[in-house]
Amino acid sequence: MVPISYYLILSGILFACGVTGFLIKRNIISIFMSIELMLNGVNLSFVAFAAQWHALSGQVFVFFVMVVAAAEAAVGLAIIISVYRTRETLNVDQVDLLKL
Amino acid sequence: MTPDLHLWLIPVLPLVGAVINGLFGKKFSQQTIAGLALLFSGAAFAVVLSVAFRFSALATPHTETLATWIRAGSFQADFAFYLDHLSLVMLLVVTGVGFLIHIYSVGYMGEEGGFYRFFAYLNLFMFFMLTLVLASNYLLMFIGWEGVGLASYLLIGFWFTKDTAAAAGKKAFIVNRIGDFGFLIALFLLIKHFGSLNFEQVAQRVSPLNPETGGAGLLTAIGLLLMVGAAGKSAQIPLYVWLPDAMEGPTPVSALIHAATMVTAGVYMVSRSHLIFERAPTALTVVAIVGTLTALFAATIGVTQTDIKKVLAYSTVSQLGYMFIACGVGAFSAAIFHLMTHAFFKGLLFLAAGSVIHAVSGEQDMRQMGGLRTKIPWTFWTMTVGTFAIAGIPPFAGFFSKDEILWRAYQASWVYWAIGLFTALLTSFYMFRLWFLTFFGVYRGAAEASDEDAAPHGHGHGGIHESPMVMVIPLVVLAVLSVTGGWIGVPASLGGSNRFGKFLGPTFESTTPGLKAGPGAASQVAPPGKESEQPEPQTGGASEVALTGISVSAALIGFGLAWLLYYRNPRLPQQIASRLGGFYRAVVNKYYVDELYAALFVKPLIAGSALILWHGIDQDVIDATLDNSAHGANEVSDSIRHMQSGNLRSYAGWVAAGAALVIVYMVWVGTR
Repeated sequence: MVPISYYLILSGILFACGVTGFLIKRNIISIFMSIELMLNGVNLSFVAFAAQWHALSGQVFVFFVMVVAAAEAAVGLAIIISVYRTRETLNVDQVDLLKL
Repeated sequence: MTPDLHLWLIPVLPLVGAVINGLFGKKFSQQTIAGLALLFSGAAFAVVLSVAFRFSALATPHTETLATWIRAGSFQADFAFYLDHLSLVMLLVVTGVGFLIHIYSVGYMGEEGGFYRFFAYLNLFMFFMLTLVLASNYLLMFIGWEGVGLASYLLIGFWFTKDTAAAAGKKAFIVNRIGDFGFLIALFLLIKHFGSLNFEQVAQRVSPLNPETGGAGLLTAIGLLLMVGAAGKSAQIPLYVWLPDAMEGPTPVSALIHAATMVTAGVYMVSRSHLIFERAPTALTVVAIVGTLTALFAATIGVTQTDIKKVLAYSTVSQLGYMFIACGVGAFSAAIFHLMTHAFFKGLLFLAAGSVIHAVSGEQDMRQMGGLRTKIPWTFWTMTVGTFAIAGIPPFAGFFSKDEILWRAYQASWVYWAIGLFTALLTSFYMFRLWFLTFFGVYRGAAEASDEDAAPHGHGHGGIHESPMVMVIPLVVLAVLSVTGGWIGVPASLGGSNRFGKFLGPTFESTTPGLKAGPGAASQVAPPGKESEQPEPQTGGASEVALTGISVSAALIGFGLAWLLYYRNPRLPQQIASRLGGFYRAVVNKYYVDELYAALFVKPLIAGSALILWHGIDQDVIDATLDNSAHGANEVSDSIRHMQSGNLRSYAGWVAAGAALVIVYMVWVGTR
């Protein structure tokens, strides 16, 4: 049996990678992927705890997170396409105006 | 059961007129405005007359309560009206003279701008004045008191585009405020110590008290403070300075407010508070001294003035001084008697002066008049009546009232009498001076006054001309009253029975045993040592007749002097003036009282206010606080503003930093 601390450390590493990627990447797609990484880091800690305590609620949470992430991906990608159409760039440093 | 007289109608009717004319008058024609104003002031007069006819059947004092106003604990002040002999006399004078002056104003103000404004103010004044005299408690009286001050301010500054008029209005208002301060403190003292402002309750609680002897007590303090209020409203030393300046207002206003009614409010108030004053000999002595000094002081200034209205203004101040002498020696009914006759003849004199000014196209300087006798005969004859009345020549009204005051003053102290007599001589002199300068000799003005000179008055239409009938009729009515008005108070020594004094008797009757009304009260207030050795019987027939003779001869001497100086030998006054030199210049400049007040009070006040209140407190504290906090907010938000850059990654950074902080905090809490 792998101790839970391993899972939590991995989850923390994944989340930290996500945060770092979010902060240092300029491309919107990369930032988007970093968000997914953070979500999955959290998911990992959920399932780890679920296995630890033999409680199903953690797994149910993970399903919810996946569903929401899927929906978010759909909306987010649509926004990204729209942003690219109007501004012809995906560099967030250049997308700093609400109104053109 | 006492009948309901609907006393509230008396003040409210003019108020309705004021509201209608004030709000909608701009669109009305002049006839409509004048009609409305006359209708409502006349209706008030009619109601007063009907009340007067039913008065003898009434149980007095008659009180009618309209509504509860203030009720706090045991203190209560209502919208209630109080009718007794004193307020009935005041009502008749105010509405009667007021109505006549309304009629006169229709003619006088006909060619002025702001016709509706004038009549709205005039009706508003009537409302407040009637509230003042009908009030059943000091608080409601104070409402009227302040209200007439407001109306006076509005009417003095009626030609508000003229700087001097606007300044005069402000001066009147501010000087009155000083007096009102004293009045208010007196009211607070009354509430604190007697728990009521109601006339009847105050009377009940004051009556059992004994006169305060040997200096100051509560009643003396109240009396003196009330006198401060009265001095403000009734233009006595040291607060008289506003009244001469108030002549900037239209002449009917001077007649109504600054001669006949409003300025007598102080006399009315002192008379209304006679129970307090009778128990405060020190306060009464102060009243008498102030009255005496004012009478003399104003009369001397009146001798040197050249503006026809200014002469009358100083004469008003002087006559008010007489009324306060009467109050001060405890002869309240004599004061009210003189108040009434003064309302007739001074109202008449002002209206006649207005008619003269009208005739000579707005000129007010008597040196520019002369020889008007034949050109404006109606004005001349009515003014003659007024002049004889004020000079105290029998059988005109002023003779009886002034003579009664002098007689009562003599009973108190010969000093009051001597000064009063000398003032009577001066009064006669300056009034006949006015009379001779205006109506006799040759016309000294420009042949045809140019219209430009008369711009603010707008009376410039052609040569010297008699006033229209609408102005002449009030003059005639007032002239008749000035002749006959005194006959109701003929003293016993001249074969009369002083019916007026008896009529007012119930009001001024003292309810305390040991405090007799009449000369008894007077002798108590006299300074000790002056009166005690010569007790005068009340009907000291022979000496009273002798005194009457002396005062009549004083009036005649005044007439003779005026005739000598201004008719017989018109160059003589100039020589006398240059002989007197500095003293004459001081009198012409009104003893430099205005300059003195400016140096003593106005300038230090303005300088102090500018330095401490304006620069110190307003700019350095209030403004600075506000400005600095605004600057601070501006700078802080300016620095915070840069956080909201629109840069996504900086936002993410803030979020991450915040989250990290929260985690650190939670770890810290968890491990503590």
